[in-house]
Amino acid sequence: MQNLTQRMVAFMRRNWYALIVAALILIWLYGRMRTNPVLFAQFVVDGIRLGFVYGLIALGYTMVYGIVRLINFAHGDVFMVGAYTAFYATTRFRWGFIPAMGLAMGVCAFLAVIIERVAYKPLREAPRIAALITAIGVSFFLEYFTALDFVFTPNFINYTPLPIRFQTWDVGGVTFSNVMLIVIGVSLLCLAVLWYLVYRTKLGKAMRAVAWDKPTARLMGIDVDLVITFTFAVGAALAGLGGMLYVILYPQIRTFLGVMPGLKAFIAAVFGGIGSLPGAFIGSLIIGMIETLSQGYLSSTLRDFIVFSVLIIVLLFKPTGLFGESAKEKA
Amino acid sequence: MKSRFLGQSWLFWLAVLLIFLVVQWVVMPRFTEFRRMSWVIFPCIMAIICLGLNLIYGFNGQFSLGQWGFYGIGAYASALITYHWTQRVTFPIEGVTLQIPAALQRIVPLAEMQLFHIDAGRSALLLFALLAGGALAAIISLGFGYVVLLRLGSDYFGIATLGFTVMVQVLLINSDLVIPETKGARGMIGIPQMTSFFWAFALLVLALVVMRNIIYSSTGRAIISVREDETAAQAMGIDTLRYKTMSFVLGSFYAGLAGGLYAHLYAFLSPSYFSFQRSFDPMIIIVFGGLGNMTGTLLATFVWAISLEGMRIWLPQGFEAWRFVIYPIALLLLMLFRQQGLLGRVELGFLRAPRWPLRKLGGADMPPAVAAAAAGSAQVEE
Repeated sequence: MQNLTQRMVAFMRRNWYALIVAALILIWLYGRMRTNPVLFAQFVVDGIRLGFVYGLIALGYTMVYGIVRLINFAHGDVFMVGAYTAFYATTRFRWGFIPAMGLAMGVCAFLAVIIERVAYKPLREAPRIAALITAIGVSFFLEYFTALDFVFTPNFINYTPLPIRFQTWDVGGVTFSNVMLIVIGVSLLCLAVLWYLVYRTKLGKAMRAVAWDKPTARLMGIDVDLVITFTFAVGAALAGLGGMLYVILYPQIRTFLGVMPGLKAFIAAVFGGIGSLPGAFIGSLIIGMIETLSQGYLSSTLRDFIVFSVLIIVLLFKPTGLFGESAKEKA
Repeated sequence: MKSRFLGQSWLFWLAVLLIFLVVQWVVMPRFTEFRRMSWVIFPCIMAIICLGLNLIYGFNGQFSLGQWGFYGIGAYASALITYHWTQRVTFPIEGVTLQIPAALQRIVPLAEMQLFHIDAGRSALLLFALLAGGALAAIISLGFGYVVLLRLGSDYFGIATLGFTVMVQVLLINSDLVIPETKGARGMIGIPQMTSFFWAFALLVLALVVMRNIIYSSTGRAIISVREDETAAQAMGIDTLRYKTMSFVLGSFYAGLAGGLYAHLYAFLSPSYFSFQRSFDPMIIIVFGGLGNMTGTLLATFVWAISLEGMRIWLPQGFEAWRFVIYPIALLLLMLFRQQGLLGRVELGFLRAPRWPLRKLGGADMPPAVAAAAAGSAQVEE
C-alpha cells in the first residue's frame, strides 16, 4: 500500500496538469455540493451503490485477464445468468435470499467452468485473437440461446416479489435503503474473502504464481489448468452474486441485461489497472460515481460518452490504468 | 505491361467488367429485392469495412474495435449531404432501352434491359457524399489515432477504440440536439436510396486494388514489419508511429466510405445499428477469413453475410430465432479447428504477391543459376 502511494505521488509530480484538471473538476463538484448538499449526497450514495455492483463484476474480468490475458467478453452474460437464477430461485421456488444467492453463485461458477473447459482451454496455445473471438462467440451464444422461448424468453421480466422487503430510511434528506446496505455488506464480505483466498492461502499463492509465470509455475508442480479453471469459477461466482444484487436494485430482467453492466465493469477494471484486485474495485467505485454524477448534473443521455471519454483520457495519461503499473504484481 | 490502370492489366479490368455484367444482369434479376440487398450489395459494403480493418489489424497488427464508429460517422455525414442536396442537383440522362430477344431471356430473365438511365447530377452528388464521409472519418481517425497510438498498444488500444465506438453511438443518439435532421435515437429517414450494385461493386474493386497495391509496395512492407516486430522495425529505421497512423487512417477512410454506401442502401439510419456489439462483426469476419489475407476477407464476408441472412430462409418455420445460436457455435467450432481462418495465408488470383524481378547485379557477382532465375521471372512478369 505504501508502494502504491509512492507511485501515485510520483505520477502526480510528473503530470501536474492532470492534477490541475482534477482540481478544477473537484472545485466544480464542490460548487454543486454547496448549492444542494442533500442532492449531492444522494448522488454519492447512489454512485457507491452502483460502484459496488460493478466491482463484483470487475473482479472477474481482472482476475481472468491477470491470469490468462483474455478479455472475457462472456463475463457480462454469466452475470445475466446469475440474475435469472436468483430470479427463478426466489420467485418460482420460494427460496430465501441467502440460498438463492448461493445457488446463483454456484450455477455461475459451474457455467464458467464449462465455458472454460469447452471454449478457452483448447485455445490456450493459440493466438490470443482466437480466444477473444471465442469469447465473443460464447457471449453471443449465452445471449441468444437464453433468449429463446423455452429458455428464458426474449421479453423483459419484472422481478416482482423481491426476496427482501424494501425498506428506506431518510437521513437528513438522503435516502438509504436496506438493499443498498446489503449490497455494500455482501460486496465487502466477498472482497475480504477474496483477499484472504488470494493472499493467504496456498491456492491463492498458486494463482499468483500462474499469473506471474505459467511455465515456471508448472515446473514447480502447480496444476496450471486447475488453477485457471478455479479462477474462472471464482470470478463467475462473484458475477452471479453481482447479477442477483443488480436485479434487486433495478428489478427488470432481460437476456441482454449483462451487456451494458458487463462493459462498464470491464471499463472499470481497465480504469483501475486490469489485473489488479484493489484497482478493479476502486475503478468500479470511481466509474459508478462518475456515472451517477454526470447523469445527475450534466446529461443522462450523454452519460456513457462522459464515462468513456474519462476512460480514454486516463488511459492516455496512465496507459495501464490507475493501479496497473507493476506488471508483475498480478493476482 | 503496356496499358495498365492502377497496376492491373486490361485483361484484369475486362474480367472485372465481365463479373459485374454477369452479376448485374444474370444473377441479380433472379433474386428478390431483399436478397439482392443482403446477399449481393451489403456484403460488398461489409467487405470494404473489413478490408479496412484488415489493413489495421491484419497487416499492421493494431487491435482496433473502432471501425464500426468510423462506419457510423461516414454513414451519417454522407447521408446529411445527400439529404440536403438531392433535390437541387439533378441532371437526368436519357439512356437506351434494349428489347431482349426471347432466346437470351433464358440467361437474362428480363423483358427489356435499361442501360444508362442515370441521373448524372445525383450520381456525382453521391460520389461526393461518399468521399466526404470517408474524408471525415479519416480526419477524425487521424486526430484520434495519432493521440492514442502514440501512447497505447495492443489490448489497451482495442479498449480505447471500443470506447470510441460507444462514444460515437452516444453522440449519434444525441445528435438531434445539434442537427435536427438526424432525428437522434428515432433514426434518420428521408435519405435518398441511391446505392446500386454498380456503386458498391466499383468501390469494392477500387478499394481492393488500391489496398493490394499498397500492401505490395515498400509502404506495405513497412506496415507489415510493424506487425511482425515493432522494435526490429524501428531499428531498421521505420517510423512505426507514422505507419500505424497511416494504416489506421486509411482503414477508417474505407469504413467511412462504406458507411456512405450503407446509408444510401436502406435509406434509413438508426444509432442502434452502430452499437458496440456489432463492432465485433468486422473483427469476426477478418479472423474468419484469415488475418492479413485479402482474398480471405472477401470470401469470408460473402460467406458470413449469405449464411447469416440465408438462415432466415433455410431454417424451418419457428426456428428463425436459432440463427444466432447456430452462428456462435459455428464460430466456436471454426476457432477450435481452424484458428488461422478460412484461407490462412493463401492469397488467390491478382491478390497474390507479385514475383519481383531480381535486380541484375552484373555477371560476376551473380551465380549463373540465380541469374537465369532472375531472367526467367523477369520474363514471366512481362
